[in-house]
Amino acid sequence: MTIINTPIAANPELAASSLETMWKIRRFEEAVEDLYGRGLMHGTMHLSIGQEAVPTGACLALNRDDYITSTHRGHGHCIAKGADMERMMAELLAKETGYCRGRGGSMHIADTETGNLGANGIVAGGVPIATGAALSAKMRGTKQVAVSFHGDGAMGEGAWHEGVVLAAMWQLPVVFLCENNLYGMSMSSEKAFNLEKLSDRARGYGIPGVTVDGNDVQAVYDATQEAVDRARNGGGPTFIEAKTYRWRGHSKSDKNLYRTRDEIDEWRGKDPIPLFEAQALAAGGLTQADIDAVRDKVRTELRSAVQRANAAPDATADDLLSAVYAR
Amino acid sequence: MTIETTAAQSAAAPAASAETAVMTYSEAIRDAMRIAMAKDPAVFIMGEDVGTYGGAFGVTGELINEIGPERIRDTTISELGIMGAGVGAAMTGMRPIVEIQFSDFTAQAMDQIANQAAKIHFMLGGAVNVPMVIRAPGGSGTGAAAQHSQSLEAWFVHIPGLKVVMPATADDAKGLLLSAIDDPNPVMVIEHKLLYKTSGDVRVGDIRTPLGVAAVPREGKDLTIIATGIEVSRALEAAEILAADGIEATVVDPRTLKPLDSGTILRTVKETGRVLLVQEAVRTLGFMSEVSAIIAESDAFGYLRAPIKRLAGLDIPIPYAPKLERASVPQVEDIVKAATDLVREW
Ligand SMILES: Cc1ncc(C[n+]2csc(CCOP(=O)(O)OP(=O)(O)O)c2C)c(N)n1
Ligand SMILES: [Mg+2]
Repeated sequence: MTIINTPIAANPELAASSLETMWKIRRFEEAVEDLYGRGLMHGTMHLSIGQEAVPTGACLALNRDDYITSTHRGHGHCIAKGADMERMMAELLAKETGYCRGRGGSMHIADTETGNLGANGIVAGGVPIATGAALSAKMRGTKQVAVSFHGDGAMGEGAWHEGVVLAAMWQLPVVFLCENNLYGMSMSSEKAFNLEKLSDRARGYGIPGVTVDGNDVQAVYDATQEAVDRARNGGGPTFIEAKTYRWRGHSKSDKNLYRTRDEIDEWRGKDPIPLFEAQALAAGGLTQADIDAVRDKVRTELRSAVQRANAAPDATADDLLSAVYAR
Repeated sequence: MTIETTAAQSAAAPAASAETAVMTYSEAIRDAMRIAMAKDPAVFIMGEDVGTYGGAFGVTGELINEIGPERIRDTTISELGIMGAGVGAAMTGMRPIVEIQFSDFTAQAMDQIANQAAKIHFMLGGAVNVPMVIRAPGGSGTGAAAQHSQSLEAWFVHIPGLKVVMPATADDAKGLLLSAIDDPNPVMVIEHKLLYKTSGDVRVGDIRTPLGVAAVPREGKDLTIIATGIEVSRALEAAEILAADGIEATVVDPRTLKPLDSGTILRTVKETGRVLLVQEAVRTLGFMSEVSAIIAESDAFGYLRAPIKRLAGLDIPIPYAPKLERASVPQVEDIVKAATDLVREW
C-alpha cells in the first residue's frame, strides 16, 4: 500500500472504499444477529458493531500479503482484510462452501489468500502466532508485516506477554493492535489494568506505544501506517491501543448487567460510520449521493451473499477422519 | 537407576547395505537437525539456551557455530510464546523445530500445542498446515524429581492433530526426527534424558525412519513384550535374561505412538499368545491402556492364552530419592518377573 498523504475522507476512492468496508462489517454483523435471532444460525457469535473503524483503518495500511491474526470477535478483521462475505456467511451457516468447510465456524474463519491467519477461540491465542508470522517474514526476507488484533482482555493473558517479549527481543515486523472496547466480557479494562492508557504498558516492553480514537478511521490508519512503516524498515514492533466500544453484548448470553444503558447510548452517539460520512462530506471526498450509493451497494451485495450461502450444500461429515492430518 | 541401552542399540540395526557410524543418541539428533538445515533453509531451531549454551541437555551443542544465531535461535524463557511463534512461522512457510527444555514445561505451552497447532489444519478446513516439530525430553532417572521427570506422551496422543514419536535408539532418534521434519503436521518428539548419552550404530546421511512403523528388535515364540521409550532397552535386556532361562520373547517398539502401527502389534501378539505391555508413564489411562484395548477389541483376542498384563509407573509424582525414583517405574527385573509369571502360569 502506498502511503496516503491526503486525508482519507478527502480522497474519493479511499473514502468510498473505507465507507464500504465499514458498512460491510456493520451489515454482515446485523445479518448474523438477525439469522441467529431467528434460529437460523447455530453456535455462538461475537459481534463487532460499533468497532468498525478499527479494522477498516488498520487494514488500509496493509498490503494483501501482510498477515493478520484475529480474535473471537473477528468478522470485521476478516472483511477489512479482504475476505469474501459469501464464504464467511457460508461458514457461519455450516455450509461446505464456507471458509473452513463448516469445521471452524465464526471463531475460526481464516482467509490465507488475504493473509488472514485466522480468528481464534482462545483469548490472546493469536498474539504469539503473529510474532511467529513476523519472525517468518523476517527470516524469509519478504518485508511482510503482521498485525495482531486483540482485545483489552487479552492483555491479562500470559500469551500476550510472551508474544510481545519475543517480538521486542527480535525486533520483529509486528504490530500489536489492541481494540480496547472497554470490556473483556464483563471486566472493565479500566478496572482490570492499573493504567491510564493501555499503551503505557508498551514502555515496559521497550517498544513504542500509542493510544488513538478507535472510532476514527483516520486516527487508526495513521497510527497503523506509522507502525507498519517502522516494522517494514526494521524498526521492530509497536503497540497501538484503539479505544472503541462494543454496542452489543459480549455474545448471545450477555444481559449487560455490568454497564449502564446511558453508557451504551453515549457510545452509540459516537458511531464511527456517520462520523466518517460527515468527515467525507466536509472534506469533499464523497457527496451525499456517493454515500447513498455505497450503502445501497453493500446492502445488495450482502443480501445476495446470504442468499447464495444459504443455497450452498451443507457441510458433509463424510471425510472428517481424514481431515485431521495434512498429507 | 542405571542406563541400560546396549541391547536396544544393536537390535535396531539398520539395513545391511547402509553405512553406519557409532553415535550417541544426542549426536544422532544433532546430525538429523544439521542435515535438515543444510537441505532446507526453512528449517530452524528455536528454544531456551539452544545457542551458545548448546541446549539444556547439550543436544544442539555447537550447531550455532556452524549455522549461526539466525537459525539456532535463543529465546526468552517463554514456552507459550515460543510455541506460538513456532505455529505462526510454520503457518507461513517455515519449518521450525521447537526445543522445550523438559517435557514437563509443555504444560506452559499447552494452549499453543493443543488448541492451536493440533487443530489449525482441521479447524480451518484444510487451508493451512502447521509443519512444526516439538522436541522435548521426558522420563525419570536423573533425580530431578516430580516437575522434571514426567512421561506425558498420553497427553499428546490424546489430541487429534498431533503426531507423537518416542525414539528408543540413536538411529531412530535420527531417522524419526528427519521424518518428523518432513511431515506437514505438528509432530511431538519425546526424547528420553537417560538415552542422550547412550550410543549405537546410526545410518549415515539423509536417512529416514518412517512414522507409523513399529520396530521388532527381537523375535521369540513365548510372549510379546511391547515397550516404549526407555522401557524398550529394559525389555531387551530382560529378554536376554529370559532367554537364558528358556523363555523366548518378541520385543515390539511402536516408535510412533500416533499414528500407531497396530498391525505389527496384533501380528506379534497372535504369534505368541501372551502379551506384556511396559511403559514408564503412570498406569492410569496411559498409552498401554490403549494398546491393551486395541488387542482386546481385535481378533488377536482369540489367540491369547493369558490375560493382557501391564507394567507401568506407579500413579504418583516421581519422587527424588534414588531408591524411590527407581521403585516408581518398571525396571529390568520387574519385566523379567512379569514375563516369567506370564509364561509359567499360563
Ligand atoms: C483463554 C480464554 N479464556 C477465556 C475465554 C472466554 N472469553 C472469550 S472472549 C472473552 C473476553 C475477551 O475480552 P477482550 O480480549 O477484551 O475481547 P472482546 O470480547 O472485548 O472483543 C472471554 C473471557 C477464552 N475464550 N479464552
Ligand atoms: Mg474487550
